[in-house]
Amino acid sequence: MRITLFGTRGSVAAPGPETARYGGNTASVEVRGADGTVLVLDAGTGVRRLGAQLPPGLARVDILLTHLHMDHIQGLGFFGPLYHPGIQVHIWGPASSTLPLDARLSRYLSPPLFPVHLRDLPSITCHEVPRAPFEIGSFRIRTALVCHPNPTVGYRIEERGRVAVYLPDHEPALGLKDGQWLEPEWSSGYELAAGADLLIHDAQYTDEEYARCVGWGHSTYRHAFEFAARVGAKEVVLFHHDPSHDDEMLEHLLADAVRRFKPEFRVFGGCEGAVYEVGSSKAA
Amino acid sequence: MALPIQIILTRQLAGYLSVPVFLVDSKGDLLFYNEPAEAILGRRFEETGAMPAEVWSSAFTPVDDQGQPVPPEDLPLMIALARQRPAYKRFYIQGMNGVRRQIEVAAIPIVGLQGEFLGAAALFWEIE
Repeated sequence: MRITLFGTRGSVAAPGPETARYGGNTASVEVRGADGTVLVLDAGTGVRRLGAQLPPGLARVDILLTHLHMDHIQGLGFFGPLYHPGIQVHIWGPASSTLPLDARLSRYLSPPLFPVHLRDLPSITCHEVPRAPFEIGSFRIRTALVCHPNPTVGYRIEERGRVAVYLPDHEPALGLKDGQWLEPEWSSGYELAAGADLLIHDAQYTDEEYARCVGWGHSTYRHAFEFAARVGAKEVVLFHHDPSHDDEMLEHLLADAVRRFKPEFRVFGGCEGAVYEVGSSKAA
Repeated sequence: MALPIQIILTRQLAGYLSVPVFLVDSKGDLLFYNEPAEAILGRRFEETGAMPAEVWSSAFTPVDDQGQPVPPEDLPLMIALARQRPAYKRFYIQGMNGVRRQIEVAAIPIVGLQGEFLGAAALFWEIE
């Protein structure tokens, strides 16, 4: 299973020379299976470039949305395969108690916010993620609702005994008293992330920023490190960088967190273009 | 076994309320009660831990105004569980410390986004 990051930024795109290393595009990640199956995790602004780099002749691509906040769907209308009749595009996302997924996506993919109606695009099928595990190509996928405002799921993706977990927007520490974690069954996302070979996890805030943003659905570096340690992740990619954090600050935050928490797992600051071979301890 | 996020968030909310809260899963088994509830139920949650429905529903010997036992199926939380609708009742209980109190209970079902039944919560308070 090969994972490539095409957008690692949270909240809003933050392009510019000061973010060139980590990247300015919002969340989008490609997961490519051993049999050529392609999953796309979220459709932030990074999905435009992702769509342009898909292998020729691809017949199907599945977009797995964690939730419908704008930074996770803003690139959807610019995903090339949506306009290519030869490619089936399946879009998966969390259920709602009110409207089906296609109706909710259409609030964005319709005038006046977007010139094209979702219903006019060829070969698109929308699915609400099932509560039971399901399979796409060579991948077995599990989801769970996690702690973030509005319905939000995380994804656990397994292939040939390797596990990647994607929790880009996640506040598992919400409500903890004195920073004390509860038992595993009472921790948002725990079961989904348990034993992950590669965990892509929210690390939006510094401790000081979090104090002003409790309940907004994101984690600090401390939360991400502690959560990763609790679930026994082997490698961790810190993700959903705050748009106000430039490359210099992100380098500092990562180095400082590693010094403070001395993790027993490998940690990477998520950079656009980074490639991970899950379970092989290789990152490019 | 991971608990649904709605149950986790209900427990976290209960931890920040002065209103007593009693939280059960879809089978009616006790998952949690908060500190204000401990004062009325007469024992800390850390001491009781999780409890099967048949144990907690009779543990507090609920009785009505005439001193007649309230059957488990008439307790608000059991109604919320069985019929998946809110329920309310005023009755007496005897806490696990032996103290008798009159309480009012309002129970609500906890139902997920796709209609899945996840459990129920009872909010209650002592009538002075």
